[in-house]
Amino acid sequence: MEKSIRGKAFVIGNNIDTDQIIPAEHLVYNPSDPEERKMFGRYALCGVPPADSGLPEGNIPFVRENEYRSDYQIVIGGKNFGCGSSREHAPLAMAEAGARVVIAEFFARIFFRNCINGGYLIPYETPESLMEKVATGDDVEVDLEGNRLVNHTRGTETALTPLGEVLPILEAGNVFEYARKAGMLE
Amino acid sequence: MGMTITEKILAEHAGKERVDPGENIWVDVDILMTHDVCGPGTIGIFEREFGKDANVWNRDRVVIIPDHYIFTANEQAHRNIEILRSFVKKHGLKYYYDPDFLQSEGMPSPYADPTRTSYKGVCHIALPEEGHTRPGEILLGTDSHTCTAGAFGQFATGIGNTDAGFVLGTGKTWLKVPPTMRFVFEGELPPYMMAKDMILAIIGDIGVDGGTYRAMHFDGDGVHRLTMEDRMTLCNMVIEAGGKNGVVEADELTRQYVQERTARAGTPQNMRFHKNDPDAQFIFEKVYNLDKLEPMVAKPHSPDNKATVSEVKGTKLTRAYIGSCTGGKISDFVAAAQLLKGEEVRIPTFVVPASTEVDAALDTEKLDGKSLREVFRDAGAIIGPASCAACLGGPADTLGRLNSPEEVCISATNRNFPGRMGNKQAQVYLASPLTVAASAIRGVITDPRELVGSFV
Repeated sequence: MEKSIRGKAFVIGNNIDTDQIIPAEHLVYNPSDPEERKMFGRYALCGVPPADSGLPEGNIPFVRENEYRSDYQIVIGGKNFGCGSSREHAPLAMAEAGARVVIAEFFARIFFRNCINGGYLIPYETPESLMEKVATGDDVEVDLEGNRLVNHTRGTETALTPLGEVLPILEAGNVFEYARKAGMLE
Repeated sequence: MGMTITEKILAEHAGKERVDPGENIWVDVDILMTHDVCGPGTIGIFEREFGKDANVWNRDRVVIIPDHYIFTANEQAHRNIEILRSFVKKHGLKYYYDPDFLQSEGMPSPYADPTRTSYKGVCHIALPEEGHTRPGEILLGTDSHTCTAGAFGQFATGIGNTDAGFVLGTGKTWLKVPPTMRFVFEGELPPYMMAKDMILAIIGDIGVDGGTYRAMHFDGDGVHRLTMEDRMTLCNMVIEAGGKNGVVEADELTRQYVQERTARAGTPQNMRFHKNDPDAQFIFEKVYNLDKLEPMVAKPHSPDNKATVSEVKGTKLTRAYIGSCTGGKISDFVAAAQLLKGEEVRIPTFVVPASTEVDAALDTEKLDGKSLREVFRDAGAIIGPASCAACLGGPADTLGRLNSPEEVCISATNRNFPGRMGNKQAQVYLASPLTVAASAIRGVITDPRELVGSFV
């Protein structure tokens, strides 16, 4: 894993559920098909109500209409990010659009697990809410060694909770690579 | 220190004497379930990691139940069924429930007779019906409502495609042992209330994140008096509080149900009954008195946005919906029919049985000599074929989907975050099938107690 990831921040609120991350009507595409997989990037976070999309201003889409990639690499949410269904299409869609890191006060369990085991996104938790400290479009950098978020636009720094026991799986790439390294898979 | 039911099941499947909350363990999985939405992705990951010629870990322990996008003209949805079919054929999987009526392009004509199709409908209801739920086992499924099966005294939870691909190849997964919350219900459920009201009360109290990373154990005489279907409703919505699994201690009723279903299906009959140790530790405990609870709703746009029905009564509605793994079981329709008998609905009202077995029971269950199907038809409801249907929106041509931002729907389903049933501005009130039926008759949110004659 690299030492840091720098990009533009995209801020959304509490309880962003999987239907907002990727609405169910788009789940007809097969993520195992490389061409169809791109469609998940196109619709990533399109279910977030417009007023809540790209805070604090709102009305900023994560992916512009008819595009497949987002301008934003670091997604920042509040509490209970990724609640709702078990669909792995959720972290996959965000990653397909170009997101690398998702930061939240805490995650819903299955979404967190999917991020790690599938190796889609680095899910960082924060001891305190970042929603007042970062605005959509800020130039931010996630320091993976120092476990902190540096906001270059505002000249501020915030601590992130170390990834702890799931770090080895993220470092390996996904749960299969982790299991191979640990001798559990051939 | 003693262990809880969840800890005991996990310890047994990890080959350990004991496990403690917070511990990460590798466990052997008994049953892996997938469906048409997550199956193709799971199969793709399995083949990528283990090779195109690899065998699944155990062909008798993989259960595939297409249920989500069946009654749609969507081409990719049809293609996904084909992917499942060819995987099942290639691996000789024993338990697959094919929508055999789905053969060509366009909107499929549903099964003509629900008793004569291999298709079963919603996975969480078909799993127990077809003999795949057993006390003491670990069931994992690529669907968040897999937690429903905790009603049978087992550990059941939802997983993603990657985890499912791993289990498909190895029969194993890693799990963090959850601490257990205990919810005790005392007394008896009044006739105007349902298990749905109990779980909406809990979610309203602890919030949509109140059970995150935790097991939720439903206990007390008020729970053990419930039918298996009502226990399923409780465990089904554990995920709406963020819970990892729900559990009800298996008792004589559980044993009877499982024995009957496994015998009919020819599936294994082994059962392991676990109890909480007297000194088991709970991270949270709350006691509810059923006599003091009232009919509940969750207002838009969150399952924890709770109100009593009396607080929101009179709210104008455009639609009513009874169905899904939460509210589409036969007991849900029996309850709704009690109110709808001899009445007429004022708003479009959708009745969608969860499974083909439930669909067939709409003809065999009678109320004063009329079948439930006749009751619903005479009341003016629209009856659809068994499927997940509009509970999760789905493709635009899905029956009952909320396609307009103006819709205000009262629904017996499980989730009402923005866009869950279709349009992201549409409003969804979650309620029990009884409250949905009462509200359909009046066209506004209605307390079932107002139709009091129905309960004498």
